[in-house]
Amino acid sequence: MKLRCLPLALLIMLSGCSTAQSVLHAHGEAAIALKNLIIFIAWVAAIIWLAVVGFLTFALVPRRNHSAGPDNRSERTMTIAVATATAATALIIGILTVASFYTTRALNSGGNADVTVVVRAQQWWWQFIYADHDQTQIFQTANELHIPVGKTIRLRLQAVDVIHSFWVPSLAGKLDLIPGRENTLTLRAERPGIYRGQCAEFCGLQHGHMAFAVIAEDDADYQRWLARQRLDAATPTEAEAIAGQGVFLAKQCAACHAIRGTSASGSTGPDLTHVAGRRTIAAGLLETTRGSFAAWIADPQTLKPGNNMPMVPLTTDELRQLSAYMESLR
Amino acid sequence: MKKDQASAVPADTGLADAEVERQLTTIWGSRPGFWGAVASVDHKVIARRYIVTAFIFLILGGLLALAMRLQLAQPEARFISPDRYNQIFTMHGSNMMFLFAVPVMEAIGVYFVPLMVGTRNIAFPRLNAFSYWVFLFGGVLLWLSFALDTAPDVGWFAYVPLSGPEYSAGKRADIWAQMITFTELSALAVAVEIVVTVFKQRAPGMSLDRIPVLVWAMLVMSFLVIMAMPAIMFASSTLILDRLVGTQFYNPAEGGDALLWQHLFWFFGHPEVYIIFLPAVGMVSTILPAFVGRPLFGYLPLVMAMIATGVLSFGLWVHHMFTVGLPRLGESFFTASSMAISIPAGIQIFCWLATMWAGRPVFRTPLLFVIGFIATFVIGGLTGVMVASVPFDTQVHDTYFVVAHFHYVLIGGAVFPLIAAIYYWFPKMTGRMMSERLGRWAFWLIFIGFHLTFFPMHLLGLLGMPRRVYTYQPELPWAGLNLFISLSAVLLALGFLVFFVDVVRSWRNGLPAGPNPWKATTLEWATSSPPPSYNFRRIPVVDAREALSPNDGELAVASGLRTDRRELLVTSVVEALPEARESSPRDSVWPLWAAIATAVMLIWSMFSPWAVVWGSIPIAVTLIGWFWPKGSPEDES
Ligand code: HEM
Ligand SMILES: [Cu+2]
Repeated sequence: MKLRCLPLALLIMLSGCSTAQSVLHAHGEAAIALKNLIIFIAWVAAIIWLAVVGFLTFALVPRRNHSAGPDNRSERTMTIAVATATAATALIIGILTVASFYTTRALNSGGNADVTVVVRAQQWWWQFIYADHDQTQIFQTANELHIPVGKTIRLRLQAVDVIHSFWVPSLAGKLDLIPGRENTLTLRAERPGIYRGQCAEFCGLQHGHMAFAVIAEDDADYQRWLARQRLDAATPTEAEAIAGQGVFLAKQCAACHAIRGTSASGSTGPDLTHVAGRRTIAAGLLETTRGSFAAWIADPQTLKPGNNMPMVPLTTDELRQLSAYMESLR
Repeated sequence: MKKDQASAVPADTGLADAEVERQLTTIWGSRPGFWGAVASVDHKVIARRYIVTAFIFLILGGLLALAMRLQLAQPEARFISPDRYNQIFTMHGSNMMFLFAVPVMEAIGVYFVPLMVGTRNIAFPRLNAFSYWVFLFGGVLLWLSFALDTAPDVGWFAYVPLSGPEYSAGKRADIWAQMITFTELSALAVAVEIVVTVFKQRAPGMSLDRIPVLVWAMLVMSFLVIMAMPAIMFASSTLILDRLVGTQFYNPAEGGDALLWQHLFWFFGHPEVYIIFLPAVGMVSTILPAFVGRPLFGYLPLVMAMIATGVLSFGLWVHHMFTVGLPRLGESFFTASSMAISIPAGIQIFCWLATMWAGRPVFRTPLLFVIGFIATFVIGGLTGVMVASVPFDTQVHDTYFVVAHFHYVLIGGAVFPLIAAIYYWFPKMTGRMMSERLGRWAFWLIFIGFHLTFFPMHLLGLLGMPRRVYTYQPELPWAGLNLFISLSAVLLALGFLVFFVDVVRSWRNGLPAGPNPWKATTLEWATSSPPPSYNFRRIPVVDAREALSPNDGELAVASGLRTDRRELLVTSVVEALPEARESSPRDSVWPLWAAIATAVMLIWSMFSPWAVVWGSIPIAVTLIGWFWPKGSPEDES
């Protein structure tokens, strides 16, 4: 069966190398170590399986001059064979246990973190809070984590409601976020790139739409991004956007979302201060465009049924103005 | 050969065979008609019901699987809403584990353990009837909730806080928890019956080292049930308490702990896998010798391996929790223990391979499924070793890799042997042979369909696809594989269809089987097919591990049991020396009433804690009816 799938498997593996959310497409220190371990164990397993099936086939082909029935001599050979195979099994799993132990040890060689981010997972989006010694410099963003390449990043994983799991396969293995506890995940990207991640513990209705991106960039880009994020939201200049800001502050929007530099300071939904600067909205659901904003705001429950943002009744004009305002929040 | 002295009461001693049969039929047979059938406590009648019901749940669960595959065949498909999808995978998992796999394995035990140990009925036959009804009601409860669109939607392990009062409003999670209570209650009952039957009712001479391997497997399985059950009973009860009366076992904000649930659930949940798998080991070990024409190689290592598996299975539950952020030392311990369980599994495989090696295979359908089982299960075992490694698991946990792994183990490791067992024992159960031609078709379709469906899931997992997602986005490179898997699932379903067609056709007009079509050596083949209500005309006496050896001629029997009431022979635990004659309960409708009263109480208790108080009154009434003495004389030693 394995053989039958092999060409297919190869095809997938090759194509897999061009995607951004894959164990086999490892670009983080941890993910590379894990990939090596996975490939090593997979080879060992493949050899064992071939040996077993080979012997099975050999045992089943009809042989001439073969008397059925217990016969002491073959009984003895069989005992030796079974004992040897059992000893070999013990040896192999011993090796695998040690290999896996050393991989774990290598993973946690972290040292001091260069950047610390608090990750707060909730139904069904990710809140990233960039901690800083200077209180005024703290800011938060959603569903998009920017990190500098080659630096050690410490993530403090917290859950707001139910259990979620933080998983960016191209960078590191997953770790759960559990209410009432905090886990710490250390990761490091070896190369700039956009690495997709997704919640990996079933967390309710929209578990399937709880994605995020880790954007690893070189230090200059990262610093530029940081500086921009620390700024308050841009004041709209276009007439439509200005009207949109009015709508935002007047309707329920501001009860759930914060926009720094305005009176909106809700904390139920993602911070929108620089929402248009992010690649996607609604946890990876839609690409960030004015049309997406309009579609999302007009009817979030059809696009992502069950999510915690209600449909806010708006006139067509209000919707247009709001979308323009959202798009101005770069 | 043992001879009891003739007593004043009618006994089978000295009567002609035909006359013994006539009298035993009168006393052991069930009354005709609907109520006669309902009241029956014949282990074969109840086991047949169990098996048929479990297979119906398999079909229903399979249809759910096809629904999931339909939804996943395309990215962002909208065939099934997220709410329905979450219900469907929860139903599929819960149904397959609690309503199909565990019950069907126990049912095989209920049918064959008494026959294989040479007794006339299972111990506590009324409890057995009760257990079936409770199982049925639990299953009906779950499926009714699905029909009403309020089925549980929190996954088959219902992690808190998602399943707790705050995040699962309505009754969905309560239905899940009560379904657990129903099925665990019935499993516990069956486990106790099997343990007592094996320990006390074996045919004279069947000392511990002559017990058939399947019976050993059922015995170990029963002990696992008995030891794992308290954890899940505690878990589901505390969940209901949190949800219904506001206790805070699992609420971290109030000092509860979300991880406590996972420890409790998996302390039960991991042995659960072996509760399903060990009977399959027994089946393979029983079937194989009949088709390679030689006794099983390695009886003792096999039995030891089963016991070792059972013991170890309680020491590795944490490997389901490798991503919760455990201390390193704990991780290393559970990695080592999880890996270690592959040693007894290896021993089992090696013994079977050796048996084949020394034998001369006859390729009938049961053997095909056994071969398919070995080729498939080894893959499942190897991926099991992979996920036992903590670092490896952090990449594949909760992805389709794991979905592939546990289907290799559950379908490859348990359903394949089960189908082999059906082909093997169908003649015994119905008196008719199944079709060899359809059997081959079923095998190849299921085998090929299975691998085409599940092998690519390993890759999907490595490519980053998490499990339990109702859809995925088109920009992810998963669409092609998913479509391929969905199409293959149709092939697999077709294979099962052929199998069911074969079952139905053969049941109606298969070729007559005769008592022992495979020339097998265990005691169930020493009686007619299907066996009479009293199983054996006279209790067999066993003098070797192969109870029916081909060159042995007549089977030795013991006589002296009464023929005017239901009577069994009780023997000693180790040597199976006759100890006493004991009466066996007559048919009764009370187990049904008791099960109904229990069901009412359990369902009512989802709504009000007072149900436990008031609901226990009818249960007490039915139990009084159940145990009302009928004035049968004291048992004699
Ligand atoms: C008939 C062929 C079957 C197919 C095509 C199939 C397919 C699937 C799929 C696609 C899932 C994953 C759902 C998800 O993660 O969203 C799943 C889950 C599962 N299956 Fe199957 N399955 C089959 C038979 C079985 C059998 C026979 C068993 C048990 C004996 C079983 C036990 C499970 C369990 C326990 C889950 C996990 C459910 C959960 O996540 O809560 N399946 N199956
Ligand atoms: Cu989540």
